[in-house]
Amino acid sequence: MPSSVMPTPRKDVGQQPPAAVSVVGLRKSYGDKTVLDGIDLHIPAGSVFALLGPNGAGKTTAVKILSTLITADAGDLHVGGHDLATDPQAVRAAIGVTGQFSAVDGLITGEENMLLMADLQHLSKHEGRQVTAELLERFDLTEAAKKPASTYSGGMKRRLDIAMTLVGNPRIIFLDEPTTGLDPRSRHNMWGIIRELVTSGVTVFLTTQYLEEADELADRIAVLNNGRIAAEGTAEELKRLIPGGHVRLRFSDPTAYRSAALALREATRDDEALSLQIPSDGSQRELRSVLDWLDSAGIEADELTVHTPDLDDVFFALTGSGMPSQTKEDVR
Amino acid sequence: MSSLSLAVRDSSTMLRRNLLHARRYPSLTLNLLLTPIMLLLLFVYIFGDVMSAGIGGGGADRSEYIAYIVPGLLLMTIGSTTIGTAVSVSNDMSEGIIARFRTMAIHRSSVITGRVVGSVLQSIASVVLVGAVGVAIGFRSTDATALEWLAAFGLLTLFALALTWIAVGMGMVSPNAEAASNNAMPLIFLPLISSTFVPVDAMPGWFQPIAEYQPFTPAIETLRGLLLGTEIGNNGWIALAWCVALSALGYYWSKAVYNRDPK
Repeated sequence: MPSSVMPTPRKDVGQQPPAAVSVVGLRKSYGDKTVLDGIDLHIPAGSVFALLGPNGAGKTTAVKILSTLITADAGDLHVGGHDLATDPQAVRAAIGVTGQFSAVDGLITGEENMLLMADLQHLSKHEGRQVTAELLERFDLTEAAKKPASTYSGGMKRRLDIAMTLVGNPRIIFLDEPTTGLDPRSRHNMWGIIRELVTSGVTVFLTTQYLEEADELADRIAVLNNGRIAAEGTAEELKRLIPGGHVRLRFSDPTAYRSAALALREATRDDEALSLQIPSDGSQRELRSVLDWLDSAGIEADELTVHTPDLDDVFFALTGSGMPSQTKEDVR
Repeated sequence: MSSLSLAVRDSSTMLRRNLLHARRYPSLTLNLLLTPIMLLLLFVYIFGDVMSAGIGGGGADRSEYIAYIVPGLLLMTIGSTTIGTAVSVSNDMSEGIIARFRTMAIHRSSVITGRVVGSVLQSIASVVLVGAVGVAIGFRSTDATALEWLAAFGLLTLFALALTWIAVGMGMVSPNAEAASNNAMPLIFLPLISSTFVPVDAMPGWFQPIAEYQPFTPAIETLRGLLLGTEIGNNGWIALAWCVALSALGYYWSKAVYNRDPK
């Protein structure tokens, strides 16, 4: 994929806007274990990009490489127009990183953490104090500012972490699983924070294992599986990749399940959950025919749910890890 | 900003961070001081009469034995303080904050430089505290000239620098605080088998090389000479060589480990 690396609009190949992150042929392996096996990414400036994948897919490795923490084995990598291999320091000046594990200094207070960042961004004393006060206020940490960061809750630590990332006013922000381990309220707060960042023109590169999160936040989503990009596109494009929904029948009696499974040969079996999936688009007509057919076959399920395709389906279809035992479904 | 002023600025920021840690959590530093102070009191007040009988041909009294062991204990204090350095470096490296520093446009070595300077300052403060205990129980160095005092201070600083660099390296290769504390054991163990408590001549013959060919003994003999006017001989140069060699070794070791990709 030809990519415009320098923000010079004239030289654009195709219709692509200048890239905040441009990755061609990224490879990384540890010993004989290949973590990233030739990845291409093009992330336009000012957009939100989500790298989605199961645990161990290589998401964190990709972030570590693009944020200059570790080196790639191969690949033409540019962040903010700077070559990662030749000018990592320029890349560092353009980015902010909030890793998966809290990058705050637990031994000092939240405010001291912020002032430390201000010093390292070479702000003046006055500026540093001002930015610190503003960000602590914005992230609702003013009250806890004088307490050691180690006493903060998980959500507060994440907020402090992001506040510290923002001290230098980075144009490109990497967020590695920003909501992992947060309770639902903190997660929604974090989403609000990320949306707010985007309105100020910042490019956000986030990784997540939550499809809902990618769907909520991202302009474009890439599904990473086994070190390769399995699919890339908008949430809508990805959803179109897989065929329609299904009706799911759940049984509590294994005998009933087995006889139903024998009768419904076209259904997909999930022996562990004692459930069957019958392809269906969820329309009234199709649903009726499914019900009629169940009646005539004498099958009585304990639960019947209609499932319309969402990113979960795309994800499991692409990553080939089968349906999970618990998916969100609409009962109609 | 020029690269030198960037280095100075970022290193002093990192130094401030480390001093803030030390000030906020003084118990770690103070705990490490307990070992040399306990040993000082133990050897002077409990074993003192027996020990002093073995010094200077048997005619020494307790105050002479105090004078004999204080220099070694000052150097042991440095060893003990730098164990704390190894532990906190290892703690630090396992924290996300170091990963953050690595992704920031700061002078790359400032993390280590700030740590080393902070640790040397901590060592010197510890030496002053243990020295004060020594003076309180009767240690005197009144015959030494100002120049000798200065040289003694220089030796202590250089020794602290050398052990700190080694401790930083040990901390960096240790996966956790327990491992760091174990790996740094030689820093407190070596002074025990040096000429801190008894002269090397008084040790069994097979053991004398072990006591002699290690950094503490020549440094102790040099410090004794500077503070008490005993014979230094070539110990001064040997001590200096040890300091330079250990500093260089620790420096390149730490740098190499720090510049490796983190796991």
